[in-house]
Amino acid sequence: MATTYDIPSKQRAAEPGGSVPVVAVENVHKSFGSHRVLNGVSLSVSRGETLAVLGRSGTGKSVLLRLIIGLEKPDSGSVRIHGEDIAGLALDRMGEIRKKMGFLFQHAALYDSLTVAGNVAFPLEHHRREMSRAERDDRVKQLLGEVGMEGALDKMPSDISGGMQKRVGLARALALAPEILLLDEPTAGLDPISSGEIDDLILKLQRERQMASIVVTHDLHSAKAIANRLALLDKGNVVIKGSFEDLQQSEIEFVKEFLKQS
Amino acid sequence: MSASGLNAVADGELAPGRQGSGFAISALESFGGAVNGFLEWFGSLGIFAWQVFKAGVTPPYEWRELVRQLDEVGSRSLPLVAMAGAAIGVVISLEARYSLSRFGAKSMFPATLVYSVIQVMGPIITGLIVSGRVGAGIGAELASMKVTEQIDAIEASAINPYRLLAATRILACILMLPLLTLAADASGLLTGWFAQTLVEPLSFHQFIESGFQGATFNAFLPPTFKTTVYGLIIGTIACFQGMRTRGGAEGVGRAATNSVVLGSLFVILADVVLVKFILVVFP
Repeated sequence: MATTYDIPSKQRAAEPGGSVPVVAVENVHKSFGSHRVLNGVSLSVSRGETLAVLGRSGTGKSVLLRLIIGLEKPDSGSVRIHGEDIAGLALDRMGEIRKKMGFLFQHAALYDSLTVAGNVAFPLEHHRREMSRAERDDRVKQLLGEVGMEGALDKMPSDISGGMQKRVGLARALALAPEILLLDEPTAGLDPISSGEIDDLILKLQRERQMASIVVTHDLHSAKAIANRLALLDKGNVVIKGSFEDLQQSEIEFVKEFLKQS
Repeated sequence: MSASGLNAVADGELAPGRQGSGFAISALESFGGAVNGFLEWFGSLGIFAWQVFKAGVTPPYEWRELVRQLDEVGSRSLPLVAMAGAAIGVVISLEARYSLSRFGAKSMFPATLVYSVIQVMGPIITGLIVSGRVGAGIGAELASMKVTEQIDAIEASAINPYRLLAATRILACILMLPLLTLAADASGLLTGWFAQTLVEPLSFHQFIESGFQGATFNAFLPPTFKTTVYGLIIGTIACFQGMRTRGGAEGVGRAATNSVVLGSLFVILADVVLVKFILVVFP
């Protein structure tokens, strides 16, 4: 998919071979008060690639996603989307970048005053104002069909299960046809069957849409199933990056322990 | 003690001091902390208000959400405001009749009731009722959205939450307060007249004619329209408290309580300033 971003020529030239990763996190530090969460994290994701960020609870995985979508600002380092540093961007410009990103929150974060259909229609109502109501309704049905929730159009979020909420959250994240998909613990709190269904869904979407995806999870099985590459975080640092096989062959004690316990 | 001095006051959290010299030091530290907390809170409120203003005056405008909030703030508060106005009308009627009889000024009853309700009690009672109902509602709703990441989800969807959530609610409060005040005034005058009529028959026409005799618009419009400032205060404080909430259910409860307590407090303080301002500008 061709990007519509106007990337400054200097930034383009700076990338080797002229190829700009869709998401590039470079030496990012982030603290909350005296608690250091990220300590020089660097990683990048290209189009069509899925990177799984693994780690124990509280190692800053979710903070990393929030930094990428601009809900938090790094203390130092940079987050580049299509080569553009998002730190200090005006809200309007950040909004334009966010329209190209889909975010699935850990607890889905569905709007509890809207129906399932209303939740999925919400980004379309605000950013696809040229769409007629009928077109929007069709798009909502299509998106909910993709995640297997077409039968829950008029249900309220409180009336559906956690797994279903995540599916609806995923449909909402896909509403604007994003180029970047950020998934925060997509299978956390789900039974193994629901987890497997969500994994299959993510794989299917990846095949069809070729997005750049970052999946934050502590579920190694899920990460192995959906990701091309994995990055393991510990104490705010990336301990290892590579394929699942690279992790298996690693001699790093923390990596061995993590794989053993997962 | 909580980080914000004002919130600590609202929560009733100010800790008792110690005995002797330690007490003085502790009291000074508490006072310093409260002042510091207040200044920090007030500065954050100012920044928040500026962000909401900037978002509110630039397109795209959230008309549909505004209409929803006008209904929420206006129509749904109407019965409560009308009932409070009615009760105030009866109370003023009973008190005024008794006091005026003592001074042989019973003929002044209609004017006393009209001026008391429209200039004094109607606006402030409406402000306090709306602060209680709407302030708590907005504070709790936005706080709940904050702790469940719904506000983050709005922002992540490239929608400005200041525009969608705060500007619409604050504008609805500003627009609806004068209309609700008129409803409270009308209700208070009606029940005040009715309470008087039960004791001493007085035609409604005569009551209105006598009550508004010699009155100018200057006497009634400024007190009614000053409630737009109450609306600004109630809406801004409730949105601010809600959108900066941290913590779970406890945070939501605290946001709702603080919205009401601080909103009501600042409405009363604003009334002091506005009454003086109106007396000077509209003598």
